[in-house]
Amino acid sequence: MAKPNDKQLQMILEDMVIARTQAGRLWNLQRQGQVGTIAPIDGHEAAVVGAVHALEPESDWVLPQYREPLGLRRYGPEVLDTFMLYNLGHPAGGHIPDPVKVAPSQISLGASIPHAVGLAWGMSLKNESGVVLVFFGDGASSEGDFYEAGNLAGVLKAPVILFCINNQWAISTPTHLQTAADSFASKAEAFGIPGVTVDGNDPSAVYEAVFNARKRALNGKGPTLIEATVYRLGAHTTADDPTRYVPSDELSAAQEKDPVHAFIKDLTDRDLWSDTKQKEIETVALEIMDDAFEKAKNTPLSANSLMDHCFVSDTSRQLRQRSFLMESMGKSNE
Amino acid sequence: MLEAINETLHSEMARDERIVVLGEDVGRNGGVFRATEGLIEKFGESRVVDTPISEAAIAGSAVGLAMAGLVPVAEIQFLGFSYQAMHQIAGQIARLRYRTQSRFESQITIRAPFGGGVRTPELHSDSLEAQFANIPGLKIVLPSTASDAKGLLTSAIRDPDPVLFLEPLRGYRGIRDLVPDEEHIVPLGKANLIKKGDDVVIISWSYQVELSRRVAESLEGEGISAAVLDLRSIVPLDIEAISQIVSHCGRAVVVQEAPETGGFASEIIATINDECFWSLEAPVARVSGFDVPYPVGMLESLYVPDEARIRSAVLKTMENG
Repeated sequence: MAKPNDKQLQMILEDMVIARTQAGRLWNLQRQGQVGTIAPIDGHEAAVVGAVHALEPESDWVLPQYREPLGLRRYGPEVLDTFMLYNLGHPAGGHIPDPVKVAPSQISLGASIPHAVGLAWGMSLKNESGVVLVFFGDGASSEGDFYEAGNLAGVLKAPVILFCINNQWAISTPTHLQTAADSFASKAEAFGIPGVTVDGNDPSAVYEAVFNARKRALNGKGPTLIEATVYRLGAHTTADDPTRYVPSDELSAAQEKDPVHAFIKDLTDRDLWSDTKQKEIETVALEIMDDAFEKAKNTPLSANSLMDHCFVSDTSRQLRQRSFLMESMGKSNE
Repeated sequence: MLEAINETLHSEMARDERIVVLGEDVGRNGGVFRATEGLIEKFGESRVVDTPISEAAIAGSAVGLAMAGLVPVAEIQFLGFSYQAMHQIAGQIARLRYRTQSRFESQITIRAPFGGGVRTPELHSDSLEAQFANIPGLKIVLPSTASDAKGLLTSAIRDPDPVLFLEPLRGYRGIRDLVPDEEHIVPLGKANLIKKGDDVVIISWSYQVELSRRVAESLEGEGISAAVLDLRSIVPLDIEAISQIVSHCGRAVVVQEAPETGGFASEIIATINDECFWSLEAPVARVSGFDVPYPVGMLESLYVPDEARIRSAVLKTMENG
C-alpha cells in the first residue's frame, strides 16, 4: 500500500518519539563531555523515519549523511549500538555489522550520493532486487557529487532514491543563498528523472513518496529525487550557536509545526496513541540508549586499532610503525 | 605496453565475472589509447560502461560497485583529470576499509595514463604520484615494462585494496618487450633490479626507468658500473631492496618526472637516510622536473628529465665524496 496503515503509523510514531527522546539524552551526554560532537536530528524525525519505514531492510540499503542514525531504528538495534561507539570516537563505530544494510555516517557532504548510485547499479547488475536510499541535505545539493551522481543515476536508470532533506539551513546559510532554483526537487529535471517535493513534517506523505519511488525503481524505471522540506529545530551541531543567525520568529513558527508534536496529536486524536503510550516509549528509548552507551563504553580498545584495517595486511613500513607504537606504549606504561 | 594492458584486461575479465570496466570512452571507442579495445564486444555493455564525463562519479560509483560485491576497474582518461575525483579517491576509496573496520573494502583498480613527452596540452601530463602516496590506504603501482604492466595489473585487479595503476603515456607505444603469454603475476611491493652495478644505483619508476637504464648502459663503457632499481610500486615501497642496493653501491641518484618539491624522490632519500645512511659515500642526488606547472609543448623537453640530466647527476655523484 502506498499509504501506511494504522499499525505502521504507530510504529513510525514510536520511532520518531524514540529518536527525539534519544537526541535529548545525547545532547546532554555531549554537554557532560561524555561524547564528541553531535548533529541533532530534531525536526528531521518525520522525514527520516517516514522514509525508512517505506523501505525493506532485508533488501534495501540506507546511506546516511550524519543527522539520521537515531531515526534508523527500523534497521535494527545494531545501528544505535554502532552509533554510540561512533559518538565515543571508538573505531568500531564505523562498522555496522553485516547483514545490516546501513552505511556509517558520511562526513563529506554529498559524497555518498555516487556510492549510492554505484551500489544500486551493482545490485541491478547482479540481479538483486532492492533499492538504495541516500540521505543528504539542501547544502549538500550544491556539491559536485550531487550533480555528477544524479546525472549518472539518470543515465543508468539505477534503482536509487536521492533523498534531500531541506531543513532550510546549511549551518548558517539559508536556502536562498544555496540555490536560485525554485526547489531542490526541480534539479531532477537536469538528470531526466522525476523530482518530488514532499512535506517532511508529515510522515505519511514521506512514506508515500518513498514507497512510490521504490516501486518505480524496482520496476526498472530508475531513480527519483525527493525533497522533504522540514525545519532544523536544533543547532547544526553541538558546536553551533544558531541564535546568531536563525530569526527567532521563524524558529517559533517552525516549532508550532514540530513534526513529533503534530504527529502525536494526530494519532492521539485517532485513538492510536495516548499519554501512557508516550511515557512508555520515552522510557524504552532511554533504556535502549543507556544500554547501548554502556555497551559502547565497555567495548575494548587496543592501541593496535590505530593501525588496523588500513590495508588487508600491513606494508613493511606500517609494520615498523606498529612496532614503534607498541614500544612507545610499553614505555608509557612503565 | 598498451597491448599488454589490453590483453590483461581481457584475460582478467574472462577469469572473474565480477569485474566491471568503467570510464570515459572505454566502451565503443575502446579507450582513447585503445587500452580497452574489444572489451565491450566480448563482455557486453553491462560490464564495459561508457560513463558521462564525471571523474568524481566514476571514482565514487566504483565505491558503490565494490560495496555491491563487484570488482570495478575504472579508467581516468588522464591522471591530471583525477583532480576532479580527488575527494572520492582520497576521502572515500582510500579510507573505506579503515573507516568501516573492513565491513566494506575497496577492491578497486583505477587506471590512468600520466607523464609528459607526448605534447598533450597542459594537465594531461601531470605526474601526481607523490600526492597520492601521501594518502594512506591507496596502493600506487607504476610499471616501466610491458611485461610488468601485465604482471602488475593482474595483481592490482586481484588485490583486495584499492590500487592506482599509473601507465606511462610515453611508454604506451614507446616501450616494447616480451610479455609472457600465460598468466603472469608480479607481486605489488617488490622492486626489480633491472641492471646490476657496483658503483652507483639509479632509483626510479615508470618511464624514467627506461631513461635510467639507457644512461647506466652508456656509462659501462666509461668504467662506471651503475645499477638501476625499478621500484614498480611506491606504495607499498620495497624498502629492503632500496637499502640493499644503496648499501652495496654507496652512491645513489633518484629520478622522477614530477616537480622537485615534495616529490616521491624526497621520500626515497629520507628512506635511505633511515636505512643505510652510514653506507653512503656521497650525498644522494635527485633528478626532477622543475617547480613549475607542467609546461606547454615547446617547453616540454626542457622540463622532463632526459638522459643528459640523469647522466650528469650520476657523474656528479661519482665525483663527490
